[in-house]
Amino acid sequence: MSDRYQNIANSSLGGMVTRRLGLPTPPRLERHKPGRAVVSGPVALGSAHGGRLEGAAREVMRSIGAHVGEGDGEEAYAALVYDATGIGGSARLRALYDFFHPLIRQTPPSGRIVVLASPPDEAGSEPARVAQRAIEGFLRSVGKEVGGKGVTAQLVEVGEGAEGAMESTLRFLLSARSAYVSGQVIRLAAVEPEALSIPADWDAPLDGTVAAVTGAARGIGKSIAETLARDGAKVVAIDIPPAGEALSAVANEIGGAAVQLDITDPSAPDRLAEFVAERHDSLDAIVHNAGITRDKTLGRMSEDQWDQVLGVNLIAPEMITARLLERELIGVGGRVVGVSSVSGIAGNRGQTNYATSKAGVVGLVQSLAAPMAARGATINAVAPGFIETEMTARMPLGTREAGRRTNSLVQGGQPVDVAEAVAWLAAPATGAVNGNVVRVCGQALIGA
Amino acid sequence: MNDSKPRRAAVLGGNRIPFARQNGPYAQASNQDMLTAALDGLVGRFALQGERLGEVAAGAVLKHSHDFNLTRECVLGSALAEQTPAYDVQQACGTGLETTLHVANKIALGQIESGISGGVDTTSDAPIEVGDDLRRLLLDLNAARSATDRLRVLSGLRPGQIVPRIPRNEEPRTGFSMGEHQAISAKKWGIGRREQDEVAVESHMRMAAAYDAGFFDDLVTPYLGLERDQNLRPDSTVEKLSKLKPVFGEGPDATMTAANSTPLSDGASTVLLASDEWAEAHSLPVLAHLVDAETAAVDFVHAEDDLLGAPLYAVPRLLARNGLALEDFDFYEIHEAFASQVVMTLKAWRDPAFCAERLGRDEPLGEIDPLKLNVHGSSLAAGHPFAATGGRIVATLAKLLHEKGSGRGLISICAAGGQGVTAILEKEAEG
Repeated sequence: MSDRYQNIANSSLGGMVTRRLGLPTPPRLERHKPGRAVVSGPVALGSAHGGRLEGAAREVMRSIGAHVGEGDGEEAYAALVYDATGIGGSARLRALYDFFHPLIRQTPPSGRIVVLASPPDEAGSEPARVAQRAIEGFLRSVGKEVGGKGVTAQLVEVGEGAEGAMESTLRFLLSARSAYVSGQVIRLAAVEPEALSIPADWDAPLDGTVAAVTGAARGIGKSIAETLARDGAKVVAIDIPPAGEALSAVANEIGGAAVQLDITDPSAPDRLAEFVAERHDSLDAIVHNAGITRDKTLGRMSEDQWDQVLGVNLIAPEMITARLLERELIGVGGRVVGVSSVSGIAGNRGQTNYATSKAGVVGLVQSLAAPMAARGATINAVAPGFIETEMTARMPLGTREAGRRTNSLVQGGQPVDVAEAVAWLAAPATGAVNGNVVRVCGQALIGA
Repeated sequence: MNDSKPRRAAVLGGNRIPFARQNGPYAQASNQDMLTAALDGLVGRFALQGERLGEVAAGAVLKHSHDFNLTRECVLGSALAEQTPAYDVQQACGTGLETTLHVANKIALGQIESGISGGVDTTSDAPIEVGDDLRRLLLDLNAARSATDRLRVLSGLRPGQIVPRIPRNEEPRTGFSMGEHQAISAKKWGIGRREQDEVAVESHMRMAAAYDAGFFDDLVTPYLGLERDQNLRPDSTVEKLSKLKPVFGEGPDATMTAANSTPLSDGASTVLLASDEWAEAHSLPVLAHLVDAETAAVDFVHAEDDLLGAPLYAVPRLLARNGLALEDFDFYEIHEAFASQVVMTLKAWRDPAFCAERLGRDEPLGEIDPLKLNVHGSSLAAGHPFAATGGRIVATLAKLLHEKGSGRGLISICAAGGQGVTAILEKEAEG
């Protein structure tokens, strides 16, 4: 789906006009291509005194082959990484200013900013809790300041014991894979060694895994299937029987299996479980992507419109996950990834059914996080904002433009942006991320 | 039976495109388009992309001369490995089952480990022939070496030669269409209008219910916007069908209508077959095994045999060879070329006179429980793209047996030229 305004604003003549009018120029976002380096230039790595993550962060930088500088302003840094865990009180928040102030304006287009902190509720003292919580406000504002250049900013709260499990997440956040993710707070938790496996090849982080994707025939689901396959997964592509022709084409393109299944059918969980048991023994990941909208304001909404949306978007993922867990078809290292929505977080006029279902996905993630952790597995969700799909292309112009521009990156995301986030959460190396809902919304202004 | 009997080929599944009526949604699709689509759907279902299979055997009854290597061309256009060999078979409406037997036999003999059988037909994109006179003239024109020669050849052209021959569903040795032949049989066997209409209605109702239950979710892949068989009429009733005018047979006692005869159709089907070892290595469950098969032919030209009566002879021979009685099956799939063909088959096997005189039996062959016959409908509902019907039936029966867990199924398919192809599938109880 093309963004005509972005094309005009980035042309020489059009750019002149839009700048004179004081209109924003949506930056061109770098996106991942197989084989490209995690970061395109040196990384400035800083640390507040007494921090516990600098060593681990340095180890990750070494693993990704990044040149690390001290942030002394001598070079232009492609990424700024700061370990803020040492900030034990509000007065010391000044360290953030001191590190970022001289560097932030030199950050190149599509640069990356990551602040590492402690989960506030785990910080050692009351002053530390205050300070660690304050960092979130700093980070979210930084994201809004740098978004115009396509730079993203995230806060990673690293729990006790998760120090050694940051690599998968840092690779995602520092690379072009996270092009449309900004202003997010991601929490890493301690993880048993068997629930986390480091890939032999970081370009194929899903190698040897089997991943099921619902709604895989088109749009975001198709992109998820393609991206998981690109990263090495054997994909079980699921969609409703009427979408079978497109589904089969997707499966054949990526070397996966096509499964025609209406996930709202009462027999669907058993049929999928049977398929998994027969063909693969177990699933390493399941992505509950299938979703529908039936928009109407509540007073005008039919029962069917309510039931259908809840059935596809929430009840089916609940039932299928429950059955797969019950039959032990998602084992140690298993990954469940839901697809929520910024609408589910913020609410949206005409979408009481949809927002209920998508907030329910957040509930599913939160309710299953502990039992999943007990199995050595994880459950997380992505929450897309405005993504350029056939669905958003059909929106009225005003609504569509508002959706595209009201975020820090001043543009809509691409289906692959959601897919990259899903692939990160589905990876065996991402075992420390559990119970998180990560927005893929370019730091949308709504629903913060 | 001894230990040296050959291994049995396993049916692992199938895929077909929904069947369309003539000049319907597939009017612009060629045999190659449809068979490739059916193959690609099968490849997607079983994740066989880039896989080299032992062979693909398929065919079409109505075939253009340029489709001389139809199946191989479809393989080259599909997601299968280019190194998969393929060939065409043509045995009228028996083609789809006959290709299954070819592939299964090679697997049983150990010559190949896996293969796909299938068939396709289009009555919309049918080949048109020119008359022999014009064909001769065009060949001469092609051979002519000079402009003068070409002019001389063309001067022999007469307007009457330009009228093309459109293929008809007709027996070359009798000049009767298949429907006309079956109308003679229906009259001879005293088969009434109502019992034929009941067979048709039952077929539609059962197939519609199977679709609704999701039975075809892993047997059919939509194509060109068609999601279910176009001919399927879930609201069909005997009362409605009784109003239709007969289309075959003459006089007030003609009984065969457009509803109790299969329509001209377009479509394609495929079946995945393999050895048990190959199936296990690919983590694909075995739905059923092919036990045995028998093809018969009858003399409908000089003798009094029915054109579509060859299965009446094939099945008794098949049962005798396997030591089975007609009642020893859990499912029967009798291709509904015409409702009257099915009724005729059942009548013949329980008719003491026919069984004594024609089959040389002391007792009738037996009865078939109607609840076990074509349980999810058959060709009257689905339509009947000639060469595609066998694959539809094999995959359906194999899945029925797999769902039941164990049991035996019988397939009977009548074909033009007085032929009939029959086979037994079996699912062994596990453990």
